[in-house]
Amino acid sequence: MVLETTTTWHMACYTDDIPENGGACALIEGEQIAIYNFSRRGEWYATQNLCPHRQQMALSRGMIGSTGVEAEPKVACPFHKKTFSLKSGECLSGDDYVIKTYPIKIENGQIFIGME
Amino acid sequence: MKQKIIVVGNGMVGYKFCEKLIAKDTTKKFELIVFGEEIRPAYDRVHLSEYFAGKTIEDLTMAPASWYAENGINLILSDPIVDIDREAKTVRSHHGLLESYDYLVMATGSGAFVPPIPGVEKDGVFVYRTIEDLDLMQTHAKKATKGAVIGGGLLGLEAAKALLDLGLQEVHVIEFAPRLMPRQIDEAGSKVLQAKLETLGLQIHLNKNTQEIVGNGIIEAMQFADGSRLEVDMLVISAGIKPRDEVAKVAGLEVGIRGGIVVDNALQTSDPNIFAIGECALAHQMIYGLVAPGYEMAEVVATKILIGVDVASFGDAFIQEPHAQTIVFENSAKGIYKRINISNDGKYLLGGILVGDAEQYNMLLQNTKNKTILPPDPEDLMLGARGGAEDGASGVMALPDEALICSCEAITKGAIYHEIIENKVTTLDGIKKCTKAGTGCGGCVPMVKDLINETMKSQGVFVRNILCEHFDYTRQELFDLVKIKNFRTYDDVLDHLGKGDGCEVCKPAVASILASLWNEMILEKGNATVQDSNDRFLANIQKNGTYSVVPRIPGGEITPEKLIVIGQVALKYNLYTKITGGQRIDLFGAHVSDLPDIWEELVNAGFESGHAYGKSLRTVKSCVGSTWCRFGVQDSVSFAIEVEERYRGLRSPHKLKSAVSGCTRECAEAQSKDFGIIATEKGWNLYVCGNGGVKPRHAELLATDIDSETCLRYIDRFLMFYIKTAEPLTRTAPWLDKMEGGINYLKSVIIDDVLGMGEQWDAEMNLLVEAYKCEWKEVVDSPELRKRFTHFVNAPKVKDPNARFEPMREMVKAAEWK
Ligand code: SRM
Ligand SMILES: Cc1cc2nc3c(=O)[nH]c(=O)nc-3n(C[C@H](O)[C@H](O)[C@H](O)COP(=O)(O)OP(=O)(O)OC[C@H]3O[C@@H](n4cnc5c(N)ncnc54)[C@H](O)[C@@H]3O)c2cc1C
Ligand code: SF4
Ligand code: FES
Repeated sequence: MVLETTTTWHMACYTDDIPENGGACALIEGEQIAIYNFSRRGEWYATQNLCPHRQQMALSRGMIGSTGVEAEPKVACPFHKKTFSLKSGECLSGDDYVIKTYPIKIENGQIFIGME
Repeated sequence: MKQKIIVVGNGMVGYKFCEKLIAKDTTKKFELIVFGEEIRPAYDRVHLSEYFAGKTIEDLTMAPASWYAENGINLILSDPIVDIDREAKTVRSHHGLLESYDYLVMATGSGAFVPPIPGVEKDGVFVYRTIEDLDLMQTHAKKATKGAVIGGGLLGLEAAKALLDLGLQEVHVIEFAPRLMPRQIDEAGSKVLQAKLETLGLQIHLNKNTQEIVGNGIIEAMQFADGSRLEVDMLVISAGIKPRDEVAKVAGLEVGIRGGIVVDNALQTSDPNIFAIGECALAHQMIYGLVAPGYEMAEVVATKILIGVDVASFGDAFIQEPHAQTIVFENSAKGIYKRINISNDGKYLLGGILVGDAEQYNMLLQNTKNKTILPPDPEDLMLGARGGAEDGASGVMALPDEALICSCEAITKGAIYHEIIENKVTTLDGIKKCTKAGTGCGGCVPMVKDLINETMKSQGVFVRNILCEHFDYTRQELFDLVKIKNFRTYDDVLDHLGKGDGCEVCKPAVASILASLWNEMILEKGNATVQDSNDRFLANIQKNGTYSVVPRIPGGEITPEKLIVIGQVALKYNLYTKITGGQRIDLFGAHVSDLPDIWEELVNAGFESGHAYGKSLRTVKSCVGSTWCRFGVQDSVSFAIEVEERYRGLRSPHKLKSAVSGCTRECAEAQSKDFGIIATEKGWNLYVCGNGGVKPRHAELLATDIDSETCLRYIDRFLMFYIKTAEPLTRTAPWLDKMEGGINYLKSVIIDDVLGMGEQWDAEMNLLVEAYKCEWKEVVDSPELRKRFTHFVNAPKVKDPNARFEPMREMVKAAEWK
């Protein structure tokens, strides 16, 4: 049997709404999605905005950066500086949390987030 | 001004403390006042019995009253302290003298413990502790023939011997336990002793419980629980000691359940300005009823108070020979005293004392706790490696794998070592992350760093205190490079000096360097996203994701008009309003999208950013000073405002706080600030490097009686020096701690300009002062910047539905988080 998941692309905002090398939050279908403009690497990421540590809607306001030899892209929550991989959503500061990540694509200066 | 030490109690240990302090205090920094309850200066209690054998009071006196006078010590006898007011830092004596202190040393010793046997108050019943007791015994003994002592311990036997010496015909020793000296010797030893004593003429009664002391006003007999009875006309009670903690207890100091003033490793009581030494001190849950440990304690406290130095004791700190071997190292020129106690077989460390240099504390503690087998030269452990050959076995590397490095999280050396070697985790952060070591109280961080560095060294790798994985420089190196190369943005710095994409450690550190160097608007040139979140939104993020608003209120002075505006803004945006500990007003619970509007109203009313979010100048507190206060000698408010406006917005490695007091009463608490100013008749006294917070520190005096201009110049230089050389997130006090030469060196840099940097720093500070602009005004005036203050980029009007509030009294508070 083949399990089919359909990804719907939602237009979130424009690329210049998101500061360079930083993030901002968009409201999509009632969900808070953090969008990151990793302009230094020409990459875009999207994750849930909720920090699982103290349930704060704050990840989009965190500082982004990278770590390790693989230069894993990450975001640090502004509240207690827990860090999360922007690729896998895994918590990189030793806790068991995993945050949701979303596919993201850019077309004509518009940002689209893929949701199931 | 001299600092005042009051010693309560002039016994053997109290005296020893005076002797040690006088010897060390060569610059006469301290004034010493001693209160004694007894009528004469301290005397040798250990040899008290020799008084009966013909020694005079003079022979026993430790030092005559003239010694105290010659050394400038104010000795007040026959006048015990009856009350301590810890808040006011004063003591009151029985005769009503009121004295203030900076440090109080309790050396009240102990008294004889008298069990509640009916009849103990009768004439002819004595205790054996002071010369008065002995005088009374001597008089009474003239008409007595049959004596007894309750208590077969060391002291009791000594008292019994004294009764024989006093010429009593019969002397009995009454012991409750089945043998003599139950706490010191074993059964066999006790038998031998008993036989010996009996040949001396003592009659020993074991297993005897005294029920009553019989007699009509004067003792006639003792009645025992087993029904027997002993006719006596004189009795000495020697049933143990009771620490004299009564005054301490009333003053609210922590005391043990069975008495004794509780002290920590540094002999500090629960009040950091009060120490306890000698027989009144409960150290490591022990009362040391011997004089030698008391003397060690006197040494520790004298040094601690004198140089405010590191002092630590661990394990069985005061154990003496013959129970242990001790190794002592002393360098009085440097104020260092170290002692370790080693088991008689030379194998284990039992405990020790470190004064003046406690760097090896954790290490020694671990060696003690883990019963590490000592190296052949155990002194290496306390001295650290003394150059020469490889440091080899000593230090953190010598600890066994089971040694606990982080006690909070119970992480062993082995676990950390494993991460370094096997998983190549070589940064402190990395170790914190994978083991959690150092994430609790942080006390083990130096040891963890050592372990990383030593392990790396042993692998042939050289290690430096670099910023993070993206920059191979220390903060100071980076500061100089950024300045020389004239970099203005984080990206420039990262591209030229760093690698990778940066992180939450180096971004704010570099942002702070840039701000300190150029004082440019921090949200411009792409620098906004390298700021800590609080700096990025120019407000402090609070528990539910909303922000606080703190307008600057220089010196705490505010007009009614401005107060009204604050009230109106708070009402309009439903903000919780509170007077802060920093003499201004904080408005909590502002949605990020409301921030520009709120600030627009505030800016229009003449307010500017208070930088409560920045590592920058916070407040300059002031007292009302000579403008209104009947004691004020200078206008502290005007000067506080001038100081606050000069340094507002100045970015630094950590936050900066200041205060100006109008007279020596110090109502603005200037001595607890990074730089504090206190008015004098002639000008100002400038203090530096104090803080409250996690580890409170009193500021140190930098200059006296200077005029306003000199004061500002000194502060300029002080701040520039600090900004350039401090590690990230290091406040001024720990910065000074690490400075070689300490406050004297700092004085020479600022006042004597030994580095020749004075003029340059003056000029640099002037540039920063001129470059100041209110960040919030700039945001309010810039539609581009305002746009950044939204929660949803695609729905700027919608507020975060997750930011929940709960009612509290007449206002709101952030909803509790999970
Ligand atoms: C609001 C206030 C408490 C209050 O309700 O009174 C406060 C609130 C906070 N303090 Fe404070 N401190 C406040 C006065 C103080 C004081 C008292 C003073 O300044 O006289 C101290 C001790 C004095 C000192 O700093 O030397 C103080 C020592 C701290 C510390 C410990 C600093 C240290 O060196 O140990 C921190 C943590 C830090 O900065 O890393 C801190 C951190 C904080 C933070 C920023 C924590 C945070 O990141 O959220 C709080 C921010 C609240 C906000 O959003 O405004 N706060 N804090 C006070 C604001 C004063 C002001 O007007 O700016
Ligand atoms: C007979 C005898 C024999 C001893 N033999 C030995 C021995 O062989 N070896 C040994 O190591 N130890 C011996 N000791 C114990 C030794 O004397 C004590 O350990 C030592 O004196 C403790 O010194 P201290 O200063 O702590 O207390 P103390 O010497 O008791 O001095 C405390 C002083 O404080 C005064 N004081 C109390 N409260 C106040 C107050 N509120 N205000 C002002 N003053 C106050 C007291 O009156 C007293 O003068 C002996 C003790 C006695 C009594
Ligand atoms: S003391 Fe702690 S809880 Fe109180 S304001 Fe300061 S940081 Fe917050
Ligand atoms: S809420 Fe994000 S780290 Fe605590």
